[in-house]
Amino acid sequence: MNATVTIDTETCKGCVLCIPICPPKVLTMSTAVNGKGYRYPLLHDGCTGCELCAKVCPDFCFEVYREGRVA
Amino acid sequence: MTRQLMEGSCALAEAAIQAGCRFYAGYPITPSTEILEYMAGRLPQVGGTCMNAESEIEAIGMVWGAAGCGVRAMTASTGQGVSLMQESFAELANAQIPVVAVNMCRGQGDYFQATRGGGHGDYRFIVLAPASAQEAVDLAQLAFYLAEKWRNPVMIMGDFLLSHTSEIVEFRAPAFPELPAKSWAITGANGRRGITLSPLGPAEKLTTDIATTLAHATDKHTAIKAEEVRVDTGHLDDAELVVVAFGFPGRFVKYAVQLARARGLKVGYVRPITLWPFPTAAVAAAAERTRAVAVFELNGGQMVEDVQLAVLGRVPVHSIGGISHDHSGFGVGPLLDVDYILTRIAGVYPGKGVA
Amino acid sequence: MSKPVTSDEWQVTSKKAEVAADSDVPTHHSSLVTHHSLHRVVEKPDLLLTTEHSLCPGCGEPVALRIILELLQDLGLRERTICVAGIGCYTAFPMIMDVDVMQALHGRAPSVATGVKRVRPDAFVFTMQGDGDMISEGLQEVIHSAARGEKFTAIVFNNAVFGETGGHMTAATVLGQHTKTSVGGRDRERHGYPIKISELVAQLDGTAYVARAAVHTPSAIKLTKQYLHDAFRAQLDGKGFSLVEILTMCPTDWFVPPDQGPAFLERQLVPTYPLGVIKAA
Repeated sequence: MNATVTIDTETCKGCVLCIPICPPKVLTMSTAVNGKGYRYPLLHDGCTGCELCAKVCPDFCFEVYREGRVA
Repeated sequence: MTRQLMEGSCALAEAAIQAGCRFYAGYPITPSTEILEYMAGRLPQVGGTCMNAESEIEAIGMVWGAAGCGVRAMTASTGQGVSLMQESFAELANAQIPVVAVNMCRGQGDYFQATRGGGHGDYRFIVLAPASAQEAVDLAQLAFYLAEKWRNPVMIMGDFLLSHTSEIVEFRAPAFPELPAKSWAITGANGRRGITLSPLGPAEKLTTDIATTLAHATDKHTAIKAEEVRVDTGHLDDAELVVVAFGFPGRFVKYAVQLARARGLKVGYVRPITLWPFPTAAVAAAAERTRAVAVFELNGGQMVEDVQLAVLGRVPVHSIGGISHDHSGFGVGPLLDVDYILTRIAGVYPGKGVA
Repeated sequence: MSKPVTSDEWQVTSKKAEVAADSDVPTHHSSLVTHHSLHRVVEKPDLLLTTEHSLCPGCGEPVALRIILELLQDLGLRERTICVAGIGCYTAFPMIMDVDVMQALHGRAPSVATGVKRVRPDAFVFTMQGDGDMISEGLQEVIHSAARGEKFTAIVFNNAVFGETGGHMTAATVLGQHTKTSVGGRDRERHGYPIKISELVAQLDGTAYVARAAVHTPSAIKLTKQYLHDAFRAQLDGKGFSLVEILTMCPTDWFVPPDQGPAFLERQLVPTYPLGVIKAA
């Protein structure tokens, strides 16, 4: 694995903006709901660390990890 | 700068500058315009800024911004302009931002606006009413001190006569107790967490509590009322009639009282210097020892309500003033006349069938 | 831009989600760093004190806030910054931003910012306002500040609606846009035309930089950062008044689901409010 994201699922408000934005399509919405009652994104294999989910998320849920030199 | 002849508005503006005022924003409106003019010429000389704002609402906004940064800031207007500033007045009081505002009134009809607050909510301005250019000078310096001491806005009530009469004034170096550092002022978060200065919530981040913020803005009123009353009284020991008046008309009343005494009438006076907090105790004490109270004010009856509250029915209270303007609406009306005041005093003096 | 996920597709992907639950993608920071040699390259902005805020799902304003806070950090402006905030949904932001903020009244941030910048010319001053605040209530204030060339940066989150009050028409609501006070759509006969604040302010000689950006797509977000950077530079270089208008999503008061916000912005707002630099000194 050379990139991934962590997702703060409890802060997520289920807006779904991250799902279509992800170029490799590795995010899907859960069926479970978080403490606020919202569905949240689940991460599948294949993340490229492109950072788009982090940029579009209104709730700052994503942290992005990549290997190699820190940006 | 020692004794000199100065027009009232200019003297007040100079006193503000000597008290450390370094920002002024205003809009030209009679009879306050001379303050704006004086500030425009003088403030840059001391490294300050004078803005001729494009509206009164913007003027008070600019003063809010400057004062919020910890700079002594002032505006002036007359009743109509003060009306425009009310939302900002009410809210900057909630944010506890110290500003000084001057109302050079047309007549005395802005008493309610000043003392009750023409804006929304429970805020109060400390209101100072000078009766001479010298008193305006002294009260201007006091105004900046009180505003910062209490983190409460202060209003100076003048009028056309104060604004445009030239008198001898002396500028004394202010000698007020030291004030605490302005930890609430917005300066940029240098070496500390950021803070907020807001009428809606506390300075600390990550908390929101408008109820406490509003309470803090008004809890101090009790203390202000206990500590900051200022009043001028005279001839009260044996007075059968006490006349209450404020501002320049108060000075006319003082002179009328002298003339009445010369004619054998036992008249005294109470001249509130602070309109808020109102000198309730002084008026009540005078009412205890007299037989009637008269209120001379150039409006339809405003301060008389505060007088009635202080007198609490002990003795009759008579209104002997009235709405009075010259043909321009800006200046002095026919009722501001010593002979008129004397006639009205005689008319309500006890034992003449009216007490 | 990808098609938004529909509820049918949610049903399909929910199966995948169950699969994902079995995925062994680690989620813990220390595990990622230590065992997988990955570096954290994106986290919440340093100047954001918490990720908890009360704005709606899919709101564009926090996306804009992120860009502003990253830029203040990148340019080393934190200690000099004084933000003057207006009144709107974004009034929830001052308490989560680690910079000094002066809260102003609805429409009045420009005059307050004028007072601030005049007495503290070395401060970095920006207003944070909405379209209701700046273009309805405060139109006079921003125009006069721009004309005077006041050296602060005005930022307006334009979602073409009064969000905080629940969806009412502002001076920026576009023709055809339904709100609770333009029922059935803003109609030129009954409601008149929207005001394009960027073009209006750009006409004034005191304005050094005006640009319009948006936060509904990754490329628009990138543009927002560029334009804000250039506006901040105009202030830092003493060039005059700068304005950045940022189109933001408000699905709640556009009466669309959160995931439809970006499409609504592109279809309904951008034709009236084209993106780009409108004036540069």
